[in-house]
Amino acid sequence: MIKISKLIHDYIQRDEEGNPAGTVRAIDDVSLNVEPGQFIAILGHNGSGKSTLAKHINALLFPTEGTVWVNGMDTKDQSLLWDIRQTAGMVFQNPDNQIIGQVVEEDVGFGPENMGVPTEKIWERVEESLKAVGMLEYRKKSPNRLSGGQKQRVSIAGVIAMHPKCIVMDEPTAMLDPSGRADVISAARSLNIEENITIILITHFMEEAIQADHVFVMDNGKIAMQGSPREVFSRVEEMQALNLDVPQVTLLGHILRKEGLDIPEGILTKEELAEALAGNKESLL
Amino acid sequence: MFKDITIGQYYQTESLLHSLDPRVKIVGTLAYIISLFVVDSFAGYLVCALFLIVMIRLSNVPVGYIVRGMRAILILLLITMAFNLFLTPGETLVKFGFLKITKQGLAFAVKMAIRLSLLVIGSSLMTLTTTPNQLTDAIESLLNPLKRLRVPVHEIAMMMSIALRFIPILMEETDKIMKAQIARGADFESKNLIKKIQSLVPLLVPLFISAFRRANDLAMAMEARCYRGGAGRTKMKPLVYQGRDQGAYFILLAYFCICVALRLLPLPFLV
Repeated sequence: MIKISKLIHDYIQRDEEGNPAGTVRAIDDVSLNVEPGQFIAILGHNGSGKSTLAKHINALLFPTEGTVWVNGMDTKDQSLLWDIRQTAGMVFQNPDNQIIGQVVEEDVGFGPENMGVPTEKIWERVEESLKAVGMLEYRKKSPNRLSGGQKQRVSIAGVIAMHPKCIVMDEPTAMLDPSGRADVISAARSLNIEENITIILITHFMEEAIQADHVFVMDNGKIAMQGSPREVFSRVEEMQALNLDVPQVTLLGHILRKEGLDIPEGILTKEELAEALAGNKESLL
Repeated sequence: MFKDITIGQYYQTESLLHSLDPRVKIVGTLAYIISLFVVDSFAGYLVCALFLIVMIRLSNVPVGYIVRGMRAILILLLITMAFNLFLTPGETLVKFGFLKITKQGLAFAVKMAIRLSLLVIGSSLMTLTTTPNQLTDAIESLLNPLKRLRVPVHEIAMMMSIALRFIPILMEETDKIMKAQIARGADFESKNLIKKIQSLVPLLVPLFISAFRRANDLAMAMEARCYRGGAGRTKMKPLVYQGRDQGAYFILLAYFCICVALRLLPLPFLV
C-alpha cells in the first residue's frame, strides 16, 4: 500500500531577509512498509518528524532524497499528484481549519466536487460517508455548531467521500476532549475493519496506539522503534528515554514487575493486569 | 456588538421567496433598485412600495424583524433628509436664520427618504431569504460570462464563501484574544478615541497572525482534498431554473415595465 524507501526531508531555514541560511533535517533515512488494510500508529514527541512524514504520503511535501510510493505511484511524479491525493486522504489536527463548507453535507461533498464526480453520485457518497462516521443526522447543520469531535468526524467523512484506499490522520485528536477523542478513534477503527481502509494514525496519545496492528516510534527524524503495540510498550525504559510515556496500565505493570511480582511485560489493558495480578495472589498474601 | 443588525442576515423559514433560485433574487433586487431610481413621482413610489409589501408577505419574514434592521440606517436617513431639506434651492416655505426650507427641498427630502428606505428593505429582503452559500453560487453563475475576459470568477466566489465560513470563527477568536488581553490589564472600555484606537493594536496583531496561520492550514487541507481551481469541478448543488423561477422573471419584467411607463407617460395626476 505504502512503501517508503530511504526518505530524507530537509526544511530550508531562512534568515530575516529570506535568504537560505541552512537546512534542518526533519526526516532522516526512513524506510517503512504498510500493507493494505493495516491500522498503523506513528508515535513521537513534538518535532520528531511524524507530521512531515504524514505530508509525504499525501504528496503535500516531496522527498529531498529517497522515494515514497503510494499504491505503486511515485509521489515525485507530478502527473500522478491528484491520483495520489485521492488514494491517500488526510485528516489534519485543527478541525476548524479544514472544513470548507458552511453546511456539513456541502463540506463532505467538497472532495468529490473537486474530483469531478457527477452530481447524483456526490449525493450518494455524502450520505454513505456521513453514515460511516455516524454524523448523518447533522447533515444540514452548520459546522460552527458542532463539537470538536463531531467536526473531526465530519472531516473524516469528507475524506471517505473521495473513496480513498488509505487515510492518514495527523494528530486528529490533539485538540479534542476525551469523549470526542474516543468517538474519532472508534470511527477510524470501524473504517479500518468494515471498509478495509488502511489507517495511519499519528498521535502522541499512547492509549490510541494500543489498537494498532503495528507501531512506529519516531525520534529526531528516524524510526527509533517499531513492532506490535505489545512489543513496543514492553520496552518501557527505551520509551522513557525517548521522552515518551507508555499507557498507564503498562507502566503500572512494569513497576509492579520491578518490585518482584510475576507480571509479564507489555500489559495493554486493565483486564490483562487484573488477570496477571490474580495469578500473584499467593505471593501477595 | 453586531446583534441588532439584521441587514445581511439569513432568516430561516419556508416560503415561496426562499425557494426561488438565488439568481432570480439577485437579478430581482438589482431590477428593484434600478426601478427606485427610474420612478420619480409619489404614484411611482406607491407602486414600488406595494410591490415590496407583496414580496415581504410572500417571504414569511416577520415585518417587525425587517423594521428592526432599519434602525441601523436611521441616522444615515436623517442626515440625508436634513441635507436635502435645507440645501435645495427653490420657493421658500419657512425660514430660520440662514436655514430655509423650500417647497422643492421638502418634496425632494421626502422622496429621498422613501427611496432609501425601500432600497434598504428591498435588498435586505434578498439576504433574509437567501443563504450566503446560495448567494455566492448565484454570483458565480451570473458572472460566468466574465470568464471570457479572464476574470477569475470561480476564485472570487470561493473566496467569498470561505470568508463567510470564517467570520464566526474569527469573531470568536477576537473575543478570546480580547479577554486574554483584558486579563493582562488591557483597557478596551476607554472613552478616549485615541486610546481606543491604540487598544486595538494588541487585538489586531494576534488576530492577523492567527488568520494567516488558519489560511495556510486551510489551503493545505483544500489541496489534500484535490482542490485545483474551478476547471473540471462538478457541483453538489447545481443551480437549475424551475417553472416558478421563469414566472418570477416574468413578474419582474412586468413590474419594471410599469415603473418605466410611469416615468415616461406624461400623466397629469402624477406629482
